[in-house]
Amino acid sequence: MAYTPQKPPLPETTEQLKARIPFWGVDLDPADRPSVPKLQWQEDLSGAHWEVPDQQPERHGPRERSIEHASITPVFGTAQPLHGVSGAIRRHAYARFSEARLAHWLLLIAGDRVEATGAHLRSFATLRPDNPVTETGVLAEAGAHPVASRRGRVDARHQTIDPVLVAGPWVAGAAVTWLGLRRVVRAVRR
Amino acid sequence: MRAMVYRGPYKLRVEEKDLPTIEHPNDAIVRVTLAAICGSDLHLYHGLMPDTRIGHTFGHEFIGVVEQVGPSVENLQVGDRVMVPFNIFCGTCWFCARGLYSNCHNVNPNATAVGGIYGYSHTTGGYDGGQAEYVRVPFADVGPVRIPDWMSDEDAVLLTDAVPTGYFGAQLGEIVEGDVVVVFGAGIVGLVAARSAWLMGAGRVIVVDHLEYRLETARSWAKAETFNFAEYDDIVVEMKKTTGHLGADVAIDAVGAEADGNLLMHLSGVKFKLQGGSPIALNWAIDSVRKGGTVSVVGAYGPIPNMVKFGDALNKGLTLRMNQTPVKRQWPRLFEHVRNGHLTPSELVTHRFPLEHVAEGYHVFSAKLDGVIKPLVVPGAA
Repeated sequence: MAYTPQKPPLPETTEQLKARIPFWGVDLDPADRPSVPKLQWQEDLSGAHWEVPDQQPERHGPRERSIEHASITPVFGTAQPLHGVSGAIRRHAYARFSEARLAHWLLLIAGDRVEATGAHLRSFATLRPDNPVTETGVLAEAGAHPVASRRGRVDARHQTIDPVLVAGPWVAGAAVTWLGLRRVVRAVRR
Repeated sequence: MRAMVYRGPYKLRVEEKDLPTIEHPNDAIVRVTLAAICGSDLHLYHGLMPDTRIGHTFGHEFIGVVEQVGPSVENLQVGDRVMVPFNIFCGTCWFCARGLYSNCHNVNPNATAVGGIYGYSHTTGGYDGGQAEYVRVPFADVGPVRIPDWMSDEDAVLLTDAVPTGYFGAQLGEIVEGDVVVVFGAGIVGLVAARSAWLMGAGRVIVVDHLEYRLETARSWAKAETFNFAEYDDIVVEMKKTTGHLGADVAIDAVGAEADGNLLMHLSGVKFKLQGGSPIALNWAIDSVRKGGTVSVVGAYGPIPNMVKFGDALNKGLTLRMNQTPVKRQWPRLFEHVRNGHLTPSELVTHRFPLEHVAEGYHVFSAKLDGVIKPLVVPGAA
């Protein structure tokens, strides 16, 4: 079969489409589409009444920033300031590597895992320790048709990995704790 | 206040947190009345986004009532009912002045490659999000807009991200009359992209997913043809067969980082974080579109490199278009579409979770249980 200049015929004519879909073509003219062209001077500056925004003060010490920025931005989030070992890892990622370097992102992910581990451990010394049952939301399974919802799905084969990924570190942590305690108890008995 | 907080991959809970404060003269504090969980929140939940800190409150889709304003705020007043775009932006940097609100250079010290986003890790600026009772809204004169009286809360919250992103996906496709448009992903973004493709004059709209209940919605709500990729050995070949072996004129990736469909990509990209997510939907888009066609990407990916079939994109002479959506730029036209009934986003809301049960909401959405398409989060509804 040779290919020809014509596009294969569409299953419906424009008239048929208009009859089936009442809103067909209301934005056919690109002029009606809000982001065409991509770069378009915004005369109202979206409500801004400044050209140089005020600078937000740094209340939590020097704020980490990408070294691709000239300086700290006028506005920034203050949600979770850096702290501890994870904070040191993240600060190094920001201070040493640009966003172009894989090391920047891998260090940030390492910081995430270090912080999560520390937070879990610290939670056991509080009145509200981490609870993998309530915090994973799996209790919702009971009312959410867990079997019917998964029947025949192509992703079912890797969903079985999720419990291993979530529970694995907890099981490993419990095993290490138990082995450690057993060793201590045996040493004391001797 | 009560707020959802991240406790590590796959784990979150609701905690008592300090009320947000005015940190900058143009800040506002908004009392959240309705929020939503976005598919991209699942990337944070699964630990895919670097620098997601313990205690972070997610949520970039929310509406609420202005509770407090900073001294330089002129355009909003306490008591205003507002919808807040997921982008945090200044309005006056080089990018904002030209309408690229999602690429603002003045709000994210942590990265230059992405703008500011509420509740989306420190990689997007370190702002807590709206799955909470209160949230800090920077540049309150620039981003938020009073919700029109005629607009429902559900439509308003969906207009803060999901609907503009779907519409923007179609727009990036540069659709001309009669184009064959294939949309990968039948989540709310893909559904809106498919319906928006008709608005822009598509001649044929095809939606690809593996969840039959979502494909049913693609047929009924988005009025599209559907293909369940699980029923075919190779969905790219099916796309070629159904387009006279030319390929679609436009392909839209409305899936992003957590795509299913290829076990190796899913395991390496999603489970073991060796890529910035699984790029299989993007690769299918590249391979399904015709030579010289356009691939539009609105599915979200992380900053770590992906195994994208760039050689095919080059050799086929494709136009690749993508961005985080500059939400506020879409609003005037989208308000008209919602008011005229051309887009009916609230029909896609399937679940409402009280804030106190947000962990269950994430699990149901993540595991795609109970026919979920779009879950909302209601503060104070426990």
